[in-house]
Amino acid sequence: MSVDSPKLEARAVGKNFGSLRAVSGVSMTVAHGELRAIIGPNGAGKTTFFNLITGFFPPSSGDILLDGRNINRVPAAQRVKMGMGRTFQITEIFPELTVWENARIAVETGLGFSLRAWLSANEKRQVAEAVDEVLTMANLTAQADRLVGELSHGDQRAAEIAMALALKPSLLLLDEPTAGMGDEETYKVTGLIRRLHRDSKYTIVLIEHDMRVVFHLADRISVLAEGKLLAEGTPDEISKDVHVQNAYLGKAE
Amino acid sequence: MSTVTTRADSTVVRPWQQLVIIWALLLTVPFWLPLLGGYTAIAGRVLVMALAAMGLNLLLGYTGVLSFGHAAYFGLGAYGAGLTLKYVAASTPLAILAGTLLGGIAGTLFGLLLVRRRGVYFAMVTIAFGQVCFYIAYKWDDFTGGYDGLRGFVRAPLDFGLFKLDIAGNGTLFYYFVLFVFGIAVGLQALILKSPFGRTMLAIRENERRARFLGLPVEKHIWLSFSISCFFTALAGTLYALLNNFADPLGLNYVMSGNIVMIAVMGGMRTFWGPLVGAVLFVMLQDYVSSMTTNWMFFVGTTFVLVVLLFPRGLMGLLQRKGAGS
Repeated sequence: MSVDSPKLEARAVGKNFGSLRAVSGVSMTVAHGELRAIIGPNGAGKTTFFNLITGFFPPSSGDILLDGRNINRVPAAQRVKMGMGRTFQITEIFPELTVWENARIAVETGLGFSLRAWLSANEKRQVAEAVDEVLTMANLTAQADRLVGELSHGDQRAAEIAMALALKPSLLLLDEPTAGMGDEETYKVTGLIRRLHRDSKYTIVLIEHDMRVVFHLADRISVLAEGKLLAEGTPDEISKDVHVQNAYLGKAE
Repeated sequence: MSTVTTRADSTVVRPWQQLVIIWALLLTVPFWLPLLGGYTAIAGRVLVMALAAMGLNLLLGYTGVLSFGHAAYFGLGAYGAGLTLKYVAASTPLAILAGTLLGGIAGTLFGLLLVRRRGVYFAMVTIAFGQVCFYIAYKWDDFTGGYDGLRGFVRAPLDFGLFKLDIAGNGTLFYYFVLFVFGIAVGLQALILKSPFGRTMLAIRENERRARFLGLPVEKHIWLSFSISCFFTALAGTLYALLNNFADPLGLNYVMSGNIVMIAVMGGMRTFWGPLVGAVLFVMLQDYVSSMTTNWMFFVGTTFVLVVLLFPRGLMGLLQRKGAGS
C-alpha cells in the first residue's frame, strides 16, 4: 500500500450483461478521507458499479485499484479483509439475533475467530470491547439487547453500518443508506455518516437518491447516467452543471 | 451445558429451568415410566432418536440447511457398530467409536460435494447419497445381512478393569449408559453453539449474503456444520444398533431421513431441546399406535401436519416469546 495512491481508483470500468452495457468506461478516483457520493437516475448503473468495486462480479473491461493495487481478480470475501466494508440497498442483517450478537459475529469474524470453538477470557474481553465500541459509534448502545428485526428502519441501517465498522474497514461503501426512510430517520443516519467521515476519518463512497443528503454530506459528487460518467465535481459545481440539470436534477424536483 | 437461545430474554421458561426439568425427568425415567405403562427400552429409543434429530438440527435449525439424507449417517453408524462387534472385537466403546467415525467421515467427505448446492438441490443430493448407502446395505447380503439386516452381534458389558457394568443384560443400566453418552453429546453441541463458530452458523441461517460480506467463507462453514451434524447423527446410529442388537437397512432409508426431519420440526427446530420433545412424541405415537393399527404412519403424519399448522415453531417453540417473525 502506497501513501501516494488514491484509496480507490476505477479505470475505464465496464460491465456487460449480454448485450446490455450496464456500466461503460467509468473512471473515478477517490482520495483518502474523501466522502464521495454517486448519484444518477434509476438504471444508471450505480449499484452495478458498486458490485464491481466490492467484487460481487468481475468487470468486463477496465481495472479497479484499492490503495494502488489491482483487485480485479480478488474475490469479495478477500476484499472485505483488505478493508472494504459494505452495506446494501435492502438492509442485510441477522434479524432474529440481538444488536449485540449481530455486532459480535462481525467483530469475531474481523478478528479471525470465526472457526474457533472457544475464546480465552482475554479474547472475550477484546471482543466485548470492540462490540461496545462500534455500538457506541453507531449510537445503538441503548438497543444492544433488542432483536435487530424489531428495530426501526433507521436503527436497522445503523446496525448494518455497525457491522461493517466492526471489520475495521478503511473504505465504507453505502448503497442508498437512507432509502425508504422518513425525515427523522434520514436525519439520524445522515448524522451517523457525517460523524464517521468527520470524526473518525473514514473514506466513504455512497449511492444516494436524496439530494439533501448528498449535498449536505459529499466532498465530491459523481453523476452516472445510462452507465456512463456524466459529470464529477464538488456539490457546488454539480448543482450548476447544465448537463446534470438536464439529465437528472431538473427532473428530480 | 445450557439451552442456546437466539433471542434475548425470550423464553417463558428460563433456559436453566428447562435444563433442570429435562434432566430430572431423564434421570428418573426407570422409576416413573413403568407407572405410566411404558418400559425402559422405549426411553432408550427416545434418546437415540432425539440425539439423531439434535445432530440434524445443528444443520437444519441452526445453520438453516435442510438435509433429507441423514439416515445415511445414522445407518452407517449402526452398521459400523454392528460390524465391529460382529467381526472385530466384543467392545462396546470400540463399536461406538468405529460407527461414529464411519458415519461422520462419510458425511464429511460427501459434504464436500454438497456445499455449493442450496435449498431443494442440497436436499435432493442428500437423499441420493442416502439411497446409495441404503442399496449397498440392502444388496450386500454376505457382509451386511442384506434385506434381513445385520444380526449376530450383541453389545458387550463395559469392562473397567476393577469392575464391570453389565449393560448387555441389565436394561436399566443400559438406559443410563445411553443417557450418559447422550449427555456428553448434547453438552458438546451446546458448547459448539455457544462458540464463535456456532454463531457463524446462525449468521449463515439468518442472512447468507451478509455473512459472505463479513468475509466469512460460507461454503466452508456449511461444510463443517454438515460434518459435525453427521458425526452426532452417526453416534445416535451406533446407540440404535446397541439398543436393538440389530442393524436394519431401513435405518438407512429415506423414510428414516424423513422421520429425523419430522422429529426436529415437530419438536421445534429453532430450539435446543425441541428434537427431544419431538422424539418423545414420535416414539410414543410409533409405539402405542402401531400396537393398535398397522397404519400408524397415518397418525404420525396427521400429528405432524397438525403440529406444523398449529405451532409453526414446534412444540418447544411454544415456550418462546411470540413476535419478530419467523
